[in-house]
Amino acid sequence: MKHYDAILHVRGESKYVDDVMPPTGMLHSAIYSSPVAHAKILSVDISEALASEGVVAVFTGGDVPGENQVGSVIKDQPLLADEVVKYQGEPVALVVAESFEQALAAAAKVRMEYEELEVVVDPRVAFERGDIIGVTRTFEMGDLDGAWRDCHVVVAGRSDVAGQEHLYLETQRARAVPGEGGKIVLYSSTQGPYAVQSTVARILGVPEHQVEVDVRRLGGGFGGKEDQATAWACMAALASWKLQRPVELVLNRIDDMKMTGKRHPYSADYKIGADKDGRILAYEVQHYQNAGASCDLSLAVLERTLFHSTNAYRIPNVRAVATSCRTNLPPNTAFRGFGGPQGMFAIESAIAELAEALGMTREEIQYINLIREGDVFPYGQKVENSQALRTWEEAVNAFDYVAMRKAVDEHNATHRATKKGLAIMPVCFGISFTATFFNQASALLHIYTDGSVGITTGGIEMGQGFNTKIINIAASQLGISDKRIHIESTNTTRVANMSPSAASATTDLNGGATILAVKEVLGRFRKLVSQELNIQDLEQITIVDEQVLYRGEPTGIDWEALVKKAYFARVALSAHAFYATPNVWFDKAKEKGRPFAYHTYGTAIVQVTVDCLRGDYEFDTVRLVHDLGRPINELVDLGQIEGGLAQGLGWMTLEELAYNEDGRLTSNALSTYKAPDGFYMPDDLQIRFLEDSDNEPGPLGSKAVGEPPLMYGIGAFFAIRDAIRAFNGQREVPFDAPMTPEKTLRNLHGERLLEIQARTQAKAHVKDALAAARRATSSVSGE
Amino acid sequence: MASTTQFWLNDRLITTSAPAGMLVLDYLRRQARLTGTKEGCKEGDCGACAILVGELGADGRIRYQPVTSCLVPLGEMHGKHVVSIEGFNGEELSPVQDAMVARCGAQCGYCTPGFVVSMSWYLMSEQGAPQRAGMKRAISGNLCRCTGYASILRAGDDLIEAFGEGGKWEPIWQAPDRIVALAEAGMIPAYFAGMSEKLAAIEPLPVEEEAEAAPAAFHVAGGTDLYVQKGEAVAASPVQILNHHPEMKGIRLEGNTFRVGALTTFEEFGADERIVEMIPRIQDYLRLIASLHLRNRATLSGNIINASPIGDMTNLMLALDTDLVFAEEGSVRVVPMKEFFKGYKVFDKRPGELMTELVFPKACERTKIHFEKASKRKHLDIATVNSAIKIRTNTDGVIEAVNLTLGGVAATPLWLRETAEYLVGQLVSPKTLRHALQIVQDEISPISDVRGSADYKRLLARQFVIAHFVELFPDRMPVEELV
Repeated sequence: MKHYDAILHVRGESKYVDDVMPPTGMLHSAIYSSPVAHAKILSVDISEALASEGVVAVFTGGDVPGENQVGSVIKDQPLLADEVVKYQGEPVALVVAESFEQALAAAAKVRMEYEELEVVVDPRVAFERGDIIGVTRTFEMGDLDGAWRDCHVVVAGRSDVAGQEHLYLETQRARAVPGEGGKIVLYSSTQGPYAVQSTVARILGVPEHQVEVDVRRLGGGFGGKEDQATAWACMAALASWKLQRPVELVLNRIDDMKMTGKRHPYSADYKIGADKDGRILAYEVQHYQNAGASCDLSLAVLERTLFHSTNAYRIPNVRAVATSCRTNLPPNTAFRGFGGPQGMFAIESAIAELAEALGMTREEIQYINLIREGDVFPYGQKVENSQALRTWEEAVNAFDYVAMRKAVDEHNATHRATKKGLAIMPVCFGISFTATFFNQASALLHIYTDGSVGITTGGIEMGQGFNTKIINIAASQLGISDKRIHIESTNTTRVANMSPSAASATTDLNGGATILAVKEVLGRFRKLVSQELNIQDLEQITIVDEQVLYRGEPTGIDWEALVKKAYFARVALSAHAFYATPNVWFDKAKEKGRPFAYHTYGTAIVQVTVDCLRGDYEFDTVRLVHDLGRPINELVDLGQIEGGLAQGLGWMTLEELAYNEDGRLTSNALSTYKAPDGFYMPDDLQIRFLEDSDNEPGPLGSKAVGEPPLMYGIGAFFAIRDAIRAFNGQREVPFDAPMTPEKTLRNLHGERLLEIQARTQAKAHVKDALAAARRATSSVSGE
Repeated sequence: MASTTQFWLNDRLITTSAPAGMLVLDYLRRQARLTGTKEGCKEGDCGACAILVGELGADGRIRYQPVTSCLVPLGEMHGKHVVSIEGFNGEELSPVQDAMVARCGAQCGYCTPGFVVSMSWYLMSEQGAPQRAGMKRAISGNLCRCTGYASILRAGDDLIEAFGEGGKWEPIWQAPDRIVALAEAGMIPAYFAGMSEKLAAIEPLPVEEEAEAAPAAFHVAGGTDLYVQKGEAVAASPVQILNHHPEMKGIRLEGNTFRVGALTTFEEFGADERIVEMIPRIQDYLRLIASLHLRNRATLSGNIINASPIGDMTNLMLALDTDLVFAEEGSVRVVPMKEFFKGYKVFDKRPGELMTELVFPKACERTKIHFEKASKRKHLDIATVNSAIKIRTNTDGVIEAVNLTLGGVAATPLWLRETAEYLVGQLVSPKTLRHALQIVQDEISPISDVRGSADYKRLLARQFVIAHFVELFPDRMPVEELV
């Protein structure tokens, strides 16, 4: 059950875009981007850059032959800005030179004159000014206004959660190679080959069949290359098209961090009410999404925030409102979880506050309100095959949560320098693209006459083990050895119009298509064998361990012989199959429907120790039960759970995206933006797969796994908060993530901080007064 | 004039006139077309470009070190053995590669070669019994965004078990020359076994060559700061490779005075037994500073000359009463570190001078030394605030002498003169501490930046001074009361 790509990876032989031997005459490029977050462009002077050593060309917006536009949902993002710049790092000019260093040096010589405009970085400010993208959306269920009257306790508050840098280890890159007759071939590190193809066609003004996009693999994506790999491919294509030479564009880390969007920061106002037993009766939330400067995928992200605003809880009366707010940050984009985690953070914050008001524990409230079979989500989908309770109870029992809590309380009663905190985080995450039309995929299966098999799908291998799962699926369904199967690069000439590899759904969709393609050739094989052996019951012909069986008995025909027979009998050895997820729909007018094929569930327990002297913390343990249905490859799925968890923990703790008020990213390199390292994760990491689970809508009973584990990380915030409150006498700790060591120390020692601030201010006053006195004295003496 | 650099790259002898300041990473990827080594950040922070550099010791054995090739000048590789991921490839997977595949320790694969290199180094070079803590240290310079490290550490555990006590490969671990044993067992390619002779055959660089060379625009020592700040300029300019001067390395103890060569790396400093005797927890402190890969390169003099107010070793050396020795054309000048820093990145060094030595007194038995550091991530991160203390008390607990430094709270690394003046003659007690904390606040002037707000830094300064006392005098200063 291994990861097939791993054999190449460990030898350093996997080829990423720029590892492939460059074609003769290939040029390199670099971008001149806006130094300010909002300005009207008066002029762009490229003359000095053009005269720079090694420079072949410099392109600006006016050089785009087609439409200077890369916005995929709303046309609000030029490829190269030519009228206004709306964020720092927005591309303005592309410099092409013989070497990367020459291109970079020349890019620094582009001069832009501009008139600065007002900068907004706070989504609430943008909201107040009415600067929103799309429309405010509202999901409603029950009678919210009536429900408040029935509540024993109602609390209201605010939560804030920051963005997150994707930090794919391989930065954005693409290589464009001109073909004959105006064709262009792109090697792009993208999760969405068709998005690249269609956008390149748009900017060049050519039909899509003139653009071929080939993707072997990505060095990580996490959503950051779903929509935002496109611009770089377009720039390489533009230069290559104009110059008729191969052109490569590789962003260095600083440019990548500066120029690309990230996970959306959100701010939320919530109000929650419950009866005296803690049953939640009403929940109202307004989400303010910080979209950045253009739409990108923000509206789809916003929609998923609404879908997950009640996480795994049954709440009869709900009003969830969400608005996408335009600011002068880089356009924020898809990132594992896609708005869902931000929706969950708000409800988890509300529950924490509610628990405090009721004098109950957070876990008590969570547990009694867990969603149950037959409940209805606020968007109208009925809860089916719910595993919320099962994963919770299995986690609490298998890991003996009661004993964990007791040990934590005992520690806290007897220690002051360190405090322990504990939190449970249940997750319910809907699987399917919420844009229903995206739920389609194709697979192309070739069997060669030697019995080897090549498969192309629309899915992208970006480390998540997609290729491995397709091999697992195809090998098991064909009844042959996995060694015979090769997954080809993803290529728009072999599979057309593919949806991006996103929404955790890549294996579900493309695996579904692969199963259909296998079924088609197996049907032909059965017919052939039945004729050859003169047997009638086609369903009784199977292939097991490369042997053709009839009613379970060997027929004497093995795989290679079967394939040869088929070829000479002129039976097609290729199949193309198309899969569309059945029974998913959504009516935006009513905000009701059945958007998800199914939901994935799990429950995590996070325990942390906080050093109350220094404000830093370490995770003691994370223990979780996750529902995989009937997993295709447990090892691959385990890797997704652990990796997603690490990203979620990082998002909630140390990954701090810092923009200053001018809209400049100050955490702009790996030296200032810190993601989890090998010491960060706890050694005590216990992961259990939910037993006896099944999932009829998933391929071979499996469940999607990519995104849901990230949200276990939210437990980290509440665990640290739990520890802080054990130290500071249960005082308020704002719901403001990430809980960095700075915020931890501030919350631990709020009074000391006030003393220090008061003293510093007093000193400053004295200093000012002395300076004023000195000035007065000198002016007197001057007279 | 192009000088020639000669070295072994995996199993090939390379003779190249590529610029000495060129990064080894760029040489590998662009000229040697060995693309297994990846560029992730060009800051030494991610380790996707990790390689091993082997240097022939006086005992005729090669000592390998994992380093980030994005910060290492090609010119320094003369006479050395450079091992990239491709250098570990044989017909079969190596034990490291095999364990990583079996445990699914690779997902997107981009960071994987760096991990394999670091883990291979661990098998080749770790002293003592194999264990998880050591494996974590070996990969402390490698970032992975996909796996959450658990599967990588499980691969490491498999190796630790196989090479550990009672494991199937224990004899290889215990062999007198482990690298030869690994090579003979086919666990690393056979060419490793004969590399010592090959390196010995490379002619050292002629001493006069440097003098004849064009005047150097940059002096490169470890390169871990210089390349991060001025990478493109250094690579394109004539450089002087300071590490060609072994006489500027090494630690000598003359009477009660330590004389430490300016090019001594952080790792070399912390590995010296006499230093460990004086600073018993030095290894703990080093773990909070950079990564193994960077500590193998970063030099004490470079850290000081970079003049960052948050230089970790800088603040430690400042607390040790270090004098800096500068040489220029035969003349020598000694500057006490306490007087060296004049303002933000302004310091008392003349243009032609080169730091040659750091000199500090050996502390007596009643002297205690401690270091504290806060950063967003505990490991491989730059300090928000750091602090070091050297303190001597008499048998009654009265402070006889103290040096207290704080980094990240002023334009320079800060020696707290007034706090020290107050503390001398005081009894180590909570009362003394409370008073000292007030003075500390008056001596510092932090500003808000990406690493933290000004008042957080003030709070950290307070907490660290408390931490020094509770760590060094737990009986008199119980942490449970002072926190």
